Amino acid sequence: MKHSLGFFLRESLRAMRRNAAPSFAALATVTVTLIVVGVFIPIVQATTGAANSAAGKVMVDVYMQRHATHAEDARVMGELRRLPHVQRVVFESKAQALAQQRKQDPLAYELLSGNPLPDTFHVYPTAPSAVLAVRAEIADAGGQGQMLDPAIASVSNHTQDTKRLLTVTRFVTITAALLAALLIAASVLLIGNTIRLSLYARRREVEVMKLVGATDWFIRWPFVIEGVVVGAAAAVMAIVTLAVAKVVVLDPLASNWGLISAPRTIGIVPLMFVLLVAGVGVSAVGSGLSLRRFLRV
Amino acid sequence: MIEFRAVTKKYGTGAFGLDEATFSVDRGDFVFMIGSTGSGKSTVMRLLIKELEPTEGTILVAGRDISSIKRRQVPFYRRNIGVVFQDFKLLPNRTVYDNVAYALQVTGHSRKEIRAKVPDILRLTGLSTKLHNYPDQLSGGEQQRVSIARAFVNHPPLLLADEPTGNLDPETSIDIMRLLYRINRTGTTVLVATHDHAMVDKMRRRVLELSRGRVVRDEATGLYTRDESTREFAQRLRSPAEAPQIL
Repeated sequence: MKHSLGFFLRESLRAMRRNAAPSFAALATVTVTLIVVGVFIPIVQATTGAANSAAGKVMVDVYMQRHATHAEDARVMGELRRLPHVQRVVFESKAQALAQQRKQDPLAYELLSGNPLPDTFHVYPTAPSAVLAVRAEIADAGGQGQMLDPAIASVSNHTQDTKRLLTVTRFVTITAALLAALLIAASVLLIGNTIRLSLYARRREVEVMKLVGATDWFIRWPFVIEGVVVGAAAAVMAIVTLAVAKVVVLDPLASNWGLISAPRTIGIVPLMFVLLVAGVGVSAVGSGLSLRRFLRV
Repeated sequence: MIEFRAVTKKYGTGAFGLDEATFSVDRGDFVFMIGSTGSGKSTVMRLLIKELEPTEGTILVAGRDISSIKRRQVPFYRRNIGVVFQDFKLLPNRTVYDNVAYALQVTGHSRKEIRAKVPDILRLTGLSTKLHNYPDQLSGGEQQRVSIARAFVNHPPLLLADEPTGNLDPETSIDIMRLLYRINRTGTTVLVATHDHAMVDKMRRRVLELSRGRVVRDEATGLYTRDESTREFAQRLRSPAEAPQIL
């Protein structure tokens, strides 16, 4: 190339200096959009994370006969573990169950003389959606309407609850994904439109350049570089704003209030990186593409 | 240098820009194109810089059919043509110096060459003291001189001027015409579109008159001496109009 990067860089800086207002408008738009995206990414993650952790608590409770022996417990444990789609089986003895219940409701259990609770197995499926299949394997072994083992008294019956939970989880996940897609589309359109407006203000300049015999790329490079500079500046401003917000608002809340810190969300460093790449990429590509219609002279 | 062969340009609205216009301009000529608004003068200019494509007919420039020039080559073609407009078309964000330098930057001249050439051409056009002014700080005549300097800095073989004096007072117009004449004397073919009949009559150069897209008059008058100095030329322009001399 006959022209150095330095030349194009000087050209774009000159353009920004002399067209401060449109450049500032583009900068502000990209900054605000990036801040919204930067807030939205962790929120989407937290929501889907919360939904998934709720779904992760889905399990089948297997209650043994009141008089079940240790040998029977061990046998049932083995049988449960061999079932397909079972990830983990946790045993809770009647004594542990009693202690647990007593903690939750001391008064009610003080009235009881003995322990009315059976030994319990908590069976966790490999995936939340497999829970109904696992339940069927235990409560309706071989489709005969019989328990997997005669020592099992009953199996928790939360079919309706489980179905509803799974539906809600799926709904939350899909909604979040849809919102994210909409937000990204809106950001791209908004940024593209702002860039187009600032180019429109300079279409005469482009026309003159073409008449003097400038090639399309000779005209385009300064605009693309300008897009990169504006995008990067906007990303930096958005990142600083978000970082300040995190330290000042979110961190104190998170230490007092478990809910915020509970679901795993994107770290601040990867988030910065995503915003920087998005800001620079969208602005640069946006300027390059928007310029096309003004180059047709 | 330029040859129009039965060139027709129809606009989308159905209006005729040009209607089978045929004429030719020789190398080194100074030609006026006159006609009222809408007669097709600007269409000729825009066809020549390939801003428009003819509906029918052939346009030859320097012996080459310009319809054979591909879109990608148009910028390189335009570098051989200097263009001056009624509204100057200067870059508002650049100084006089940078406006002229841009035409050289486009063609890939080094900064050293630019530093050597730009002051020269600005001296020729009488703008040496306005180097660092922006276009909006200049008078109309000065702006037009900047645009002529920009058009001529590459020393193109062909210079087109579309109503170059349309926005200027008579005295300034004479200066601009004088400048165009001086450029013509360096061997550049100059084609000037204007509706300033008085000026054209005084200049006594070849006149092409267009009306509704047709060439209705083509006077290669021969009334002028080719080697007239620019000073004599200007003096004649300032003198009161003589009786029109008709061949």
